[in-house]
Amino acid sequence: MSVSPDSATAVRTVADAVSEPLLSVRGLRVSVADGTEVVRGVDLDVPRGSAVGLVGESGSGKTLTCRAVLGLLPAGVEVTGGRISLGDTELTALPAARRARLRGTHLAAVFQDPASYLNPSITVGAQLAEVLRVKVGLARRAARERAVELLHAMGLRRPEHVYAQYPFELSGGMLQRVLIAMAITAEPELLIADEATTALDVTVQAEVLELLSELCRDRGLTLMVVSHDLAVIAQLCETVYVFRDGAVVEEGPTRRVLRGPRHPYTRELIRDHERFGIDRVREQGSRR
Amino acid sequence: MTALLDVTGLHVALGRGRGRTEILHGVDLTVAPGEIVGLIGETGSGKTTLARAVLGLVRAHSGSIAIDGREVSGLRRSALRAFRRGGAAQYVFQDPLRSLDPERTVFDTLIEGLAVRGGHSRAELREAAREVARLVSLPPGLLPRHPGELSGGQRQRVAIARAVAVDPRLLICDEPVSALDASTRITILELLLRLRETRDLGVLLITHDLGSLGGVADRVVVLYHGQVVETGTTEEIFLAPRHPYTRLLVTSVPSIGDAEPPDPELRRALRAEVRGLTAHP
Repeated sequence: MSVSPDSATAVRTVADAVSEPLLSVRGLRVSVADGTEVVRGVDLDVPRGSAVGLVGESGSGKTLTCRAVLGLLPAGVEVTGGRISLGDTELTALPAARRARLRGTHLAAVFQDPASYLNPSITVGAQLAEVLRVKVGLARRAARERAVELLHAMGLRRPEHVYAQYPFELSGGMLQRVLIAMAITAEPELLIADEATTALDVTVQAEVLELLSELCRDRGLTLMVVSHDLAVIAQLCETVYVFRDGAVVEEGPTRRVLRGPRHPYTRELIRDHERFGIDRVREQGSRR
Repeated sequence: MTALLDVTGLHVALGRGRGRTEILHGVDLTVAPGEIVGLIGETGSGKTTLARAVLGLVRAHSGSIAIDGREVSGLRRSALRAFRRGGAAQYVFQDPLRSLDPERTVFDTLIEGLAVRGGHSRAELREAAREVARLVSLPPGLLPRHPGELSGGQRQRVAIARAVAVDPRLLICDEPVSALDASTRITILELLLRLRETRDLGVLLITHDLGSLGGVADRVVVLYHGQVVETGTTEEIFLAPRHPYTRLLVTSVPSIGDAEPPDPELRRALRAEVRGLTAHP
């Protein structure tokens, strides 16, 4: 940029506040123990307050990219190159204990199978209240009150009743709401939803997607959504990154990518929907 | 036209004594030869129980199930075994890794149905396995392999090939593509379309994902709390659903199209309406 020094500084300060991404991943490489590279130089940006989608099939590296961001890679899998920054913090340089403190308070995640992240023998309310005591530092009674409020805010009816229920008493959709409540308890800036609606019935999936987009809109939460279903990303995200074999093969505004896919794999994903999805019938109907 | 599968007034209850729960409350359903019927419903709606009842894996409490004009709901013991061995109706499960015997080669899996039936020479069985593998585009080199050595899509092909090897009239597919990636889904759905053409098979395609039925099903049957709440052509169901639950389903399916996404307010209203339904008296 060739602008006079003074005005350039002023301009950049304003522009940075708006456009500086909350999460920035540069040249991320992840390898398994035998040296096989499973994420091969991924770059991505998640602007503050936006919803960004990662789409691809199993083994494409989208989930490992998220896990690397969270600092929760499986044993034997490690980051072998690149940088991950959250705001001003360079995550890859932080010791494990510091990263653990960031989880919940700065970034959080929900996954596909909510039941497996809860203790089956403790009520969901007690588990949510525990997060409030540990991560937010609330006293016992205040934690309980806040937990009920959060359950209510997640759209769960009769939150006091839900508070006292065990995980097995709740449906998949209700459990995912509880997990989302836990994830946003300490008001993180970034929420990662990794196949968070995949196991749910389609009507329940719609409810959870609505909840996520409300959180984005009302609380300024930034979302990173991982899904194998392009339509889920299309509904929720302004920007999409298409993953294949550990690399990003296409990226851009979701509308642009859907209308004019450049990579053959993206075209294949879209073809799946156009030939076998609801879009086929809707299009035929609208042509009449 | 005689229906290939004709289910009328089917009631099924599971469990015993006080724990006995009625799962299906009088279900009617037909599948014609060469027709693909999508059976859609949420978890617990009874779609898998319906499929299992058709195969005699659970007992019908009342009502009738006719396959190719023959009443099968009353079959017991040897008559039921003979019906299963006849192979008129075959089942393809969601998870081929769990439905295929891990210690049996693809070849042995494919010929099992014919071998049990008897009357085929080894050479005939070998030829039959080759032919059915070709039908589902499974490379012949995979025949000596075990399920664990195959990809998810290849395994689902084996499961479908095993089912069509005995030349069934009716194929019941329970979530056949739910566990598969997009590119593999396309090939499996194309395979079902091809089988319908070449073999005049009737297919009952069970799924919780209405969105996946668009290019495959001729008709859709919507099951809600053990009752059929709506039946229609795929187009009727997608474009002009009548029952509140069907309307909620259709407006809940995410789409990649340019059309405005369905209004969340509309969905909220439909949800309230569906909750207010007494599913069964």
